[in-house]
Amino acid sequence: MKGTAWKFGNDIDTDIILPGRYLIYTDEERLSKHCMEGLDDKFSEKCKKGDFIVAGRNFGCGSSREHAPIAIKGAGISAVIAESFARIFYRNATNVGVPLLEAPGISELVENGDEIEVDMDNGIIKSSNGEEITFKKLPPFMLEILEKGGLIEYLKDKK
Amino acid sequence: MSSTMSEKILARASGNEKVEAGDIIIANIDVAMTHDLTGPLAVESFEKIGVDKVWDPSKIVIPFDHQVPADSIDSANNHIIMRKFVEEQNIENFYDVNAGVCHQILPELGHVVPGEVIVGADSHTCTHGALGAFSTGIGSTDMAMVFAEGNLWFKVPETNRFEITGELKENVYAKDVILNIIGQVGADGSTYKACEFAGETVQNMSISDRMVLCNMAIEMGGKTGLVEPDKKTIDYVEKKSNKPYKIFKSDLNADSLTIIDIDVNDLEPQVACPNNVDNVKPVSEVDQEIDQVFLGSCTNGRISDLRDAAKILKGKQIAKGTRMLVIPASKEVYSKALDEGLIRIFVDAGALVSAPCCGPCLGGHTGIIGPGEVSLSTSNRNFKGRQGSPDGKVYLSSAAVAAASAIEGRIVAPE
Repeated sequence: MKGTAWKFGNDIDTDIILPGRYLIYTDEERLSKHCMEGLDDKFSEKCKKGDFIVAGRNFGCGSSREHAPIAIKGAGISAVIAESFARIFYRNATNVGVPLLEAPGISELVENGDEIEVDMDNGIIKSSNGEEITFKKLPPFMLEILEKGGLIEYLKDKK
Repeated sequence: MSSTMSEKILARASGNEKVEAGDIIIANIDVAMTHDLTGPLAVESFEKIGVDKVWDPSKIVIPFDHQVPADSIDSANNHIIMRKFVEEQNIENFYDVNAGVCHQILPELGHVVPGEVIVGADSHTCTHGALGAFSTGIGSTDMAMVFAEGNLWFKVPETNRFEITGELKENVYAKDVILNIIGQVGADGSTYKACEFAGETVQNMSISDRMVLCNMAIEMGGKTGLVEPDKKTIDYVEKKSNKPYKIFKSDLNADSLTIIDIDVNDLEPQVACPNNVDNVKPVSEVDQEIDQVFLGSCTNGRISDLRDAAKILKGKQIAKGTRMLVIPASKEVYSKALDEGLIRIFVDAGALVSAPCCGPCLGGHTGIIGPGEVSLSTSNRNFKGRQGSPDGKVYLSSAAVAAASAIEGRIVAPE
């Protein structure tokens, strides 16, 4: 996967990812228009399909709103790469089909707007100047859930 | 072999003799809660799974609290979706717009007892550990799975046990204790861990105060908050519920347990400053004018909070240029506040008193703040944009600091 990195800091909470006033909506397209609106109200217009969100520690802290990873998915983000993730967000993102890659050192490696390359099979992220860091590869079942687009789709396929 | 309280509860719920931190287990769920805001997504996912009936309607609790009464056609529509689901699935434990905040009414109406595994599609579900249950927040897809199967996979967490000692000074409350702890360990200081609150200070606390501690475990990344049940817990639970319960306590020599000592003898009233809950300072170090005060929420909207605030506001006036919203956390709290004359005190002081709901806490319903405005709130989050405009600011405090500050129009500690 190749794409532009949109870089954010530490403790990016779910109110930044999707402010509470939009929780009354459930459809992906509508939610995606407000993705990251807490920090950048033009984010959904600027980001392109296949781009990455890169962040520091504790990405996704705060509420259990699944609307947050749905908004990220709808915005076309192909993966979120962070130093670490908050727990409920981690489960929710996987369940709706957004890959989360835990890559210590990513904030040092990548600058906002860099073109980066992610090798899911080998667990490697390559920056625009050719530097590499590794991330913990996702287990096969998780890759399968992500490939199907989420837990429900994965289970339906298994039946 | 020694185990923590979380390990023991999750062993019971997964039918194992013993589980250890790091184990992945499938636990049977005793209570599953979703509300008007996370419910519609859960129902949508449940319908996609293609199962006709939920596993056990008697174990599902659905309160409306976030957008009540409905403030838009979209939220009215969400209510319609949930009422239809409740009817189709014969869910008896349904609380419509007049009941109160989910985390207040679950224990208050007897849905929580010690030793249970409780999941809620709301991150502050960790509140219920105050009664000795393993209680955690999950997303809507996980909730749909619980509706269908009655169980869910968990990674058994390690435990941070906060041993809290010392006597709280006058005007220092459980809220100050938990804000101080979060300030010390940081917003990710307990990520994936169970947060146990123990020690003499916690033993001396009421159930309400213990709920304040557990409610905010998520603000340091905790998977659940927990307090070991004691006589106070049993008295509370037996008055509220006729469900069977089981008491579990941690072995202090368990491998997965880390003890963190907290001394509160000299603790002063605290505030969490924008825009993170771990940005905590003593009130004495904060110089800040305020536009709005919110007294309420699942953190501090209980009768004890309303009493603490009313004691300070009695016979006083809220500062000119500052507005105060008081929202009792439940119908029961509202009724008591009426009987005790507290509502009269708030109204006379110039506050607005609203019907039980989440209010401005998450910036989606009433009391939204505008650009440049500052809110002082007794709720649990002060993230950027949390209560409305991303250019507004939210500070968090106890009910007493909120009341004293409303009178002064700036953040101050009660005298």
